[in-house]
Amino acid sequence: MKINILKIVFLNLFFLTSLFANFEQDIEKLKTNSLKDKQEVVVQLAETYSEDDRTNLLLTKMEEGDLYYLETTGEFVILEKKEGNTYYSKSLLTGKELEAQDKKIFEKVKTNNKLRSIINSKLAEMNLFSKKDEKRLASSKNILKNLDKDSQELITKALAKETNSDIKEVLTEANTILQAKYSTSTEEQLLAVVQLGDYLSNQTMIALKEIINNENNQPELIKAAKSSLGSVETIRSYYAVVEKAFFGLSLGSVLLLAAIGLAITFGVMKVINMAHGEMMMIGAYTTYTLQQIMPNLMEYSILIAIPCAFIVSGIVGIIIERLVIRYLYGRPLETLLATFGISLILQQLVRTIYSPLNQEVKTPSWMSGAWGINSALSLTYNRLYIIIFAVLVFIGILLVLNKTSLGLKVRAVTQNREMAQAMGIKTSFIDAMTFGIGSGIAGIAGVALSQLTNVGPNLGQAYIVDSFMVVVFGGVGNLWGTLIGAITLGEINKFIEPVAGAVLAKVLILVFIILFIQKRPRGLFPQKGRDAQD
Amino acid sequence: MHKTKVEKMMKRSEILLAGKRKPIILQILNNDRGGKIVLSILALVVFYVAFSNLLLPKDSLFYVSTYTVTLLGKYLAFALLALALDLVWGYIGILSLGHGAFFSLGGYAMGMYLMRQIGDRGVYGNPELPDFMVFMNLKELPWFWYGFDNPIFTMLMIVLVPGLLAFIFGYLAFRSRVTGVYLSIITQAMTYALMLAFFRNDMGFGGNNGLTDFKDILGFDLSADTTRISLLIVSFLALFVGYLIARFIINSRLGRVCIAIRDAESRTRFIGYKVEQYKLFIFVVSAAMAGVAGALYVPQVGIINPNVFSPLFSIELVIWVAIGGRGTLYGAIVGAFIVNYASTYFTSALPEVWLYALGGLFVVVTLFLPKGVVGLLSKLNFKKSKGEVTNVPA
Repeated sequence: MKINILKIVFLNLFFLTSLFANFEQDIEKLKTNSLKDKQEVVVQLAETYSEDDRTNLLLTKMEEGDLYYLETTGEFVILEKKEGNTYYSKSLLTGKELEAQDKKIFEKVKTNNKLRSIINSKLAEMNLFSKKDEKRLASSKNILKNLDKDSQELITKALAKETNSDIKEVLTEANTILQAKYSTSTEEQLLAVVQLGDYLSNQTMIALKEIINNENNQPELIKAAKSSLGSVETIRSYYAVVEKAFFGLSLGSVLLLAAIGLAITFGVMKVINMAHGEMMMIGAYTTYTLQQIMPNLMEYSILIAIPCAFIVSGIVGIIIERLVIRYLYGRPLETLLATFGISLILQQLVRTIYSPLNQEVKTPSWMSGAWGINSALSLTYNRLYIIIFAVLVFIGILLVLNKTSLGLKVRAVTQNREMAQAMGIKTSFIDAMTFGIGSGIAGIAGVALSQLTNVGPNLGQAYIVDSFMVVVFGGVGNLWGTLIGAITLGEINKFIEPVAGAVLAKVLILVFIILFIQKRPRGLFPQKGRDAQD
Repeated sequence: MHKTKVEKMMKRSEILLAGKRKPIILQILNNDRGGKIVLSILALVVFYVAFSNLLLPKDSLFYVSTYTVTLLGKYLAFALLALALDLVWGYIGILSLGHGAFFSLGGYAMGMYLMRQIGDRGVYGNPELPDFMVFMNLKELPWFWYGFDNPIFTMLMIVLVPGLLAFIFGYLAFRSRVTGVYLSIITQAMTYALMLAFFRNDMGFGGNNGLTDFKDILGFDLSADTTRISLLIVSFLALFVGYLIARFIINSRLGRVCIAIRDAESRTRFIGYKVEQYKLFIFVVSAAMAGVAGALYVPQVGIINPNVFSPLFSIELVIWVAIGGRGTLYGAIVGAFIVNYASTYFTSALPEVWLYALGGLFVVVTLFLPKGVVGLLSKLNFKKSKGEVTNVPA
């Protein structure tokens, strides 16, 4: 009995260890020199460990010729970098970086073309039948990208099993292309070609062009392919316009965020704040600083940075107003000079504190990546969020100006300063608050900008001219004018840019604005009333 | 038609001035104590520097190095630029943040001439193409480089190109009555756009490296002391003539109308003056003057690149004028010298401090010195020269 129990325990232990060690043991067989044996191992690995990420890595690296094992320990490693005779590698099983070692102790797992094609198809198959949706989607997209005749069987098999509609669509597109190109029955080919008119990928276009250029094809097939290609191109150009419009909108949103504070301060106080760009810079640096202080909260740092940047920039703005600007009311040109001086000081201050180099602000994972709507159109999340954010800020300011008592007072001062003062409004308090809010919004704009460009001492300078253009174009002190001005300029910029280049686009916009103010010298929405002229 | 009107007015004032029967220079400088003092001091300094650099032995205590000669020449070119800006800002109320552009255009015209003078002495030894064009695989000289091997043509272009830009820009801006800060911003955008354009390599102006490696001017070796001294003297003469022209304009009836426009534009317009034409005339004259300043700057400094188009430079030169004293002409010269000397000193001794100092200058001058150093001095003297415009609102 005792022996039996011991036997069972031992057997079980053996079984358990073998369960864990299996993958490690099985891959040992790859060290053989026989290519035929390696084929068997590969097939076996792909079937037994199809859900193991390590299999995927192993096969990919083996196909790329980067899989080695060490003569000394027998450990499987992946070659990362070569420097002369020194190899940098990491362990396949643990993923740990290994010390740099001489190339002599590395033994390559050799492959040949046949083995590579087997690995390729096994990899595709493995991923295509994975249990994870995203893996299957990525794999099917990959198949579509590198489509060849041999994939037909695999695609049909996968299509029969597939339940996810997104994946199904990609696979159907791939299948249709294969049918259009290689089907033996002309009828089936014709049908497939007609169906291809609904798809958008590059592959579809290439396939259709191939069919058109193949002289062996029947005229009616070519004709159908031509009409399908035409419809694909129409749809794609439509999406290209949508994408451009989206980019323009996101640029417009940035401009809106940058210009809105400027428009408010200019509207209320008739003050051109040349340090406005530096308020944006301060906002961006606040974001950077927060990320440095709280490295664990990277995902939320942007959200925390928004109120912080508002407060920091707002306070700096109020200080500037109290110390300098309030002595210069009614002298706009002097204010322009003084605020320019302040902007120089702030830039240098940032250089002294942080360094003159650009700093990198990290993008939280929920803001990176793109929203792929279809194969012809994908929108990046950071731009999408910035558009939403700009809209929210705009609505917020509208609410503050129109629904709060502070807003009421601000509007009163904007329309008639003396009258407002006579009615008991403390105009100097309103001025300080307005300047603070304007600067605070610039700070928020800086947070948004930190997601699009590098954060550096010159960040503000790059946007200040553009935001002035927006204000001049939209009309001073009018929020809707600023909104329309920003979006118009953003869109014009993005639509001219691909045709004329970025620089010429800027020049053309300037020319456009100069011509525009020939017609409407006070912008789109000029201020009305007795106070408006001079 | 409009131009003849302006000319008529200038003639009339000429006759008026001639009635006093003094030498023309003294007539123009009549009632301008500050101008006389500043120009005399400058003349003395320039001639002392020229004399001691050429004639004194190098180990003499009174010897002035060639470096100082070049520096002084550069300051003189900057002073001419400040003078040009003061003409538009101080006397007709246009705060141009684009004068750096006119300066640069004049400078580039001169630079192109100097490039063509290099001939086959460049690194690539191509007699037809400047080095950077060979480097960029250009086979032919771009059309806008034609004629720049001719000094007369170049001199014309130095005045005409900035003048034409100022004319087109001013015509559009003044006609639509863009004034005050709007105008400043648009002029700034103009320089900014030009800077972006000139930074491009395919513009045919050497991209961000600009034009450099000049060898000689009008056949004279640029590195020779005599050439340097000649350039210094020419710069001084240009500043002197520029000052006389500006002063002449200011003294004429045209100048009085300009001051009226500066102080009350709408009123002047309602009286019946064509405000736009006056502004345009002054703006174009000033731009041409800035172009000449640029042309003098380039051979002395030995390089012109798109950084001169940067908005910072254009705004910085506003502070020269503001520090010296806006609306006094000689104040602009004084300001240009003070700030540039400080800049030279600080950027070598304490480079980090310079931007703080410059920024601080902007704030301090606007807050505490609305009339600049010149205003401060006359306040200390409790004397006000009669011809000065004392009330200068923004």
